[in-house]
Parts: sequence; C-alpha cells; structure tokens
Amino acid sequence: MSDYVLQVKDLDVHYFTDAGIIEAANKVSFNLRPGERLGLVGESGSGKSTTALGILRMIKSPGRIAGGEVLLDGIDLTKISEEEMRLVRGSQVSMVPQGAMNSLNPVLRINDQIMDAMIDHGLNISKAEMRERAAKALQAVELDPRIGEMYPHELSGGMKQRACIAISIVMSPKVIIADEPTSALDVITQRQVMQTIGNLQERMGSAVILIGHDMGLMAQFVDRLAVMYAGRLVEIGTVKHMFTDPLHPYTRLLIESLPRLDAKGEFHGIPGITPSLLELPPGCVFNTRCPQAMELCSQRIPRILNKGSERQVACHLYENGV
Amino acid sequence: MAKLLELRNVTKIFKGGTVALDDVSFSIESDSPGIVAIAGESGSGKTTLGMMALGFLEPTQGEVLYKGKNVHNLSNKERVAFRKEVQAVFQDPFAVYNPFYKVDHILEVPIQKFKLATSKAVAKAMIEEALVTVGLRPQEILGRYPHQLSGGQRQRLVVARAMLLKPQLLIADEPVSMVDASLRATILESLYTLNREFGIPILYITHDLTTAYHISDHIIILYRGSIMEAGEVDPVIKNPQHPYTQLLIDSIPWPDLQRRWGEKEIIIPDGAKAAEPNRGCKFADRCLHVMPICRESPPPLFQPNQAQIAACYLYDSAPTLAKEEVGTLFSSKNLAYSSPG
Repeated sequence: MSDYVLQVKDLDVHYFTDAGIIEAANKVSFNLRPGERLGLVGESGSGKSTTALGILRMIKSPGRIAGGEVLLDGIDLTKISEEEMRLVRGSQVSMVPQGAMNSLNPVLRINDQIMDAMIDHGLNISKAEMRERAAKALQAVELDPRIGEMYPHELSGGMKQRACIAISIVMSPKVIIADEPTSALDVITQRQVMQTIGNLQERMGSAVILIGHDMGLMAQFVDRLAVMYAGRLVEIGTVKHMFTDPLHPYTRLLIESLPRLDAKGEFHGIPGITPSLLELPPGCVFNTRCPQAMELCSQRIPRILNKGSERQVACHLYENGV
Repeated sequence: MAKLLELRNVTKIFKGGTVALDDVSFSIESDSPGIVAIAGESGSGKTTLGMMALGFLEPTQGEVLYKGKNVHNLSNKERVAFRKEVQAVFQDPFAVYNPFYKVDHILEVPIQKFKLATSKAVAKAMIEEALVTVGLRPQEILGRYPHQLSGGQRQRLVVARAMLLKPQLLIADEPVSMVDASLRATILESLYTLNREFGIPILYITHDLTTAYHISDHIIILYRGSIMEAGEVDPVIKNPQHPYTQLLIDSIPWPDLQRRWGEKEIIIPDGAKAAEPNRGCKFADRCLHVMPICRESPPPLFQPNQAQIAACYLYDSAPTLAKEEVGTLFSSKNLAYSSPG
C-alpha cells in the first residue's frame, strides 16, 4: 500500500466543443496523504474545479476524462463501473459544493436530505438509527440537531453551508473536496465554516482538498498548496515554501499581488491576460505574461521537476538547476 | 470646507419593513479628496447607501445632498450636471455592457450626451487618453465586443469611462469582487491613481477589508444599517475599538503566515433572544463584552482618540461625536494617526 490516500496521475479532462478541443485539465498530477489539507488555487478557468470534478467523475458532456489515473487507496476510479463510482461518491470521496443556497432541496427537511445520502449509499440500518446518525452529523458541524426538522429557507447562509457539510461527512469519507465552500459568506461566517471543516477533518482523519482563489484562506488553512494556470499544475509545495520562496514566476507574481498589511498603497498586478483555452500559446502556457520568459519557453512545454521531496515546479528556469 | 456629498440622518426602510440603513450621516469634503471605504458584510446596507448616494433610491427619512442640494429635488440642468459629475463603477463587469455593441459604445455615448468633444478626432483622442490612464492599450480594446475582453479589462474600461467625464466624485461598489486575484491589484491601482493624480474623491464600497485597507484613507464599518466604527483606516484596521470590528478583523484570513487566524470566540446568537426587540446596540447578541445598557439604548458615537469613533459603551468615558459630524473625521489633510513602525 502507498502512503497516499489519493493519487492523481496525469489527469486529462478535455471538452470537445464545436470550436475545438479545450484542455481544461492537462496532465494534472498530485498526491494526497491521509489527514492532509491540500489547497488548489487558480483563476477562473484555470482548471481547479474541473480537476475536482474529474476526480469524482462528474464531468458533463461535451467533456470527459481523456487520460490519466485517479487512484483511491490504489484503486483506479477512472476504470470502475458507474455503479461502483456512485458508491464511492459521498461515502469515500465527498464534495462540499460551492453556493450552499442552491444545492439543498428546498422542499425537503434537512434530516431527510442527510438520510437520503445514507440510503443512497446502501447503509442498511433502521430509520431510528439513521435519525441518530443525522443528529450526530449536525452536531459535528456545530448545528443544533433540531435544525434537522427545518427546511433550507429557515436557515441562514452559514447554517445552510454547514448543513451541506453535514450531508457530505455523514458517511465519514476519506477525502473531502471543498470547492470554494465559503465564497458566498461573510468573513466571520467563513471562519466558522472553515473551523468546522478543520475540526471535523482532524477528528475523522479525512484528507481535505480546498479549492479556491483566496490566497489568504489558503495561507491560514492548508498544509500544501498546488497552483494551477490555464489547465496545468505549475507548482506544488508546502504552504510555507510557496509563500516564502515561490519558484514559478506565476506563483511569485500571485503572492506579490496580494494586499499586505505592511505595504499599503503598493500594487503589483500581473500584467497581461489569461490566454483563452482554445488558443493556448505554444510552449509554457504562462510565457506570454512571464517577466522571465526565455526563447525556450515559447518552444517547449516545461517538464514537471522535483525540487525537494515536497516540491514540484513546471518551469524552464529550473531545468538545469539544483 | 465645502461638503461635496452629504448624507443627513438617512434611513431606508424597504417594503416589508427591512431596515437597510438606520439613521446614517456622513459627508465627503471636496477640498480633501481622499478615498473613503464603506465596509460591511452582506445585509449591512452598504450597497443601499451607494444607491442612495447616486440618487437611484430615495431615503425613507433624511436627505442626500450633493453640493448642498437634495439629489431628489434637482432641476433638470442640475440633474444633468450631477449625472456627469458623479460617476459609478459597479460590481459586475459583464452586466454593464450590451453584448450587441462594440465596447467603444460605452465610451462614445457619454461624450455625445454631455457634448464633451467638438469633433470625432477630439473624441477619439479623449477615449484613447482615458484608456491609457487605466493601463489599457487602445489598439487592443477598441473595435472589440464585450465577450472578447476579460473581466479585468471590462472593469478597467468602466473606470476609463468614468475618467472620461472628469468626475468630481466616483462611487465604486465592489469593483473587484468579481475579478480574478491577479487582476485585482491592477484595477485597484487605477482607482488609486484617479484619486491621487486627478484628485477625485472615491467612495469605495466593499466587504473586503484587505482591499479597503489597501486603497482607502478613511473607513466606515457598517453593521445591519448602523455605523459601528469609523475613522482613519490604519487605526481602524490595526487597532479596532468596536468589538464588532475586532471580530471582523480577527476573522480575515490574511495571506500572511506569521498572522494567526481567528483567535476571538464567535458567539452564535440564540434564536430565542434575537426575537426579542432590542432597542440598543445591534451587535449586543454577538458581543463578548455585552453590558445591560447595551440592550437599552443605542450607543452614541464615542471618540476614544483623534482618529476614530466607535458606537460602543465600552468607551463611554470618551467624548462623543454628534452623528452629523462624522464627516469631520474624513478630512485627509490632518491624519491624526501615525503608523507605529
């Protein structure tokens, strides 16, 4: 057995549109240890949500997984049947969706929605036991079990988001994928929700993949950070390394663009615009905006280089280095 | 001191009884053109405040004055001047464009409407100048359709449009919240440049205290329609006085590994208690320092130091500032607070 609960290897997710093939996720690879918190950051269109949906095999047509492997405890999820995959979703790998307000069923009580998740995953227990388990799930997300008898419209945004988390953890999954779980919430509620996810994760020993673009949230929550740009993973490393010594020019510019307490009134935007996924530049996808671009960068796609045990970067600057 | 924009005891109650803004007063002076941030979470009334400042919503009580005149009682001529002089940048850089027109359209219309140019050549030069000011290259932008530009480019184009009119006041409501992180800094920089180089005061409405801290000189913290704290942005962010501001600042995940996130306890108000009518401080149910008086009458604005005010009884030994005087805090010429280090 490997040390990893989840291994994503060269995952390709392509969308086959009339305008051409969009490589929304291109050779994405990373590993996740049990109990680890990994952040996946990138701008809109960088492929972070696509990667998450790819792991769960929830890509909708005209998109599909065009290559690569997703190993959960050594089992390749891309190869199993749809019925087997359905049982994996929610019970082994679960998703906390973006925008809680829209993902709950407005005409079902919260308890019924939590119990739905249990029934759907073939849990063979009595109604009373299910109710008890639902109550425990609500308690785990710091909600009063009485909330189970309420409808979504009776809850605040933060409560709804925590109810969604309750649904996604009721089967004690090994991996929780949280896709911008707090983007619609104010900062105080955001902190509550993130602390809830953190506490739960520590108690159950699950690994968490946090998807988002808020670098502040990443700095405060994750252990390791993976940066995506235009469908490719450009750098991955411990959050400390990524913030104090970013290697890839895009990561460095991204970190420099953040507002800091000690540098008021200084702005470091990243010049240029993200390329269209239909018209990617040849070579490195970042070469059109990169201040350190060399001739080689527009000719060859950089390989993923290992820089230390926890660190990988895809940049020609480091090809011949240490 | 001339008051450019003044809100005088403004209250807005929507149909159904929602109190969006509750007796708020402040002003922006024309002779100290700084950036004033209005910060608050969703439901704090910040957007309602912006819409009233623009004259799109009428207050239920109180008045909104532009250069001393009520914006709802302007003569036709005054209204045209108001629309020209007060410009807005909104949150959604997609919604402001008509997809059937080239983006040039939103720059050409104001030039025609307000008769800014004497000839086509002059108009073109004006447009190009405005684009360059916000860091856009005219040849990459003009002649294109909205869908051919990125969100960041579209948002900067809206700033350029506002620029074109040489406004006397710019109201920016969440201008960067729908834009990618890598482009936020660029748009904020355009706004900052407008203020610093052209002396245009800006009312910056946001939920994001990190960007508010970054570009503004002064800040008002709103909570459920009331001013909780206000003052110079440095002390308010670095040394918040009101327990609400303290909780808010403590909850910001700063992109800084040295800073610990969230050390303050969050109180979730008891549903039963929240139902009781509360005549006092709106934050009382969530406050770590709540006292009996907090639930009895709304706290006045105490001024514990030169640079900031807080609507909180913890500072009841400090002098009070009349609501109508909040604007006097925003005179950027005399910053009272000097940053430690």
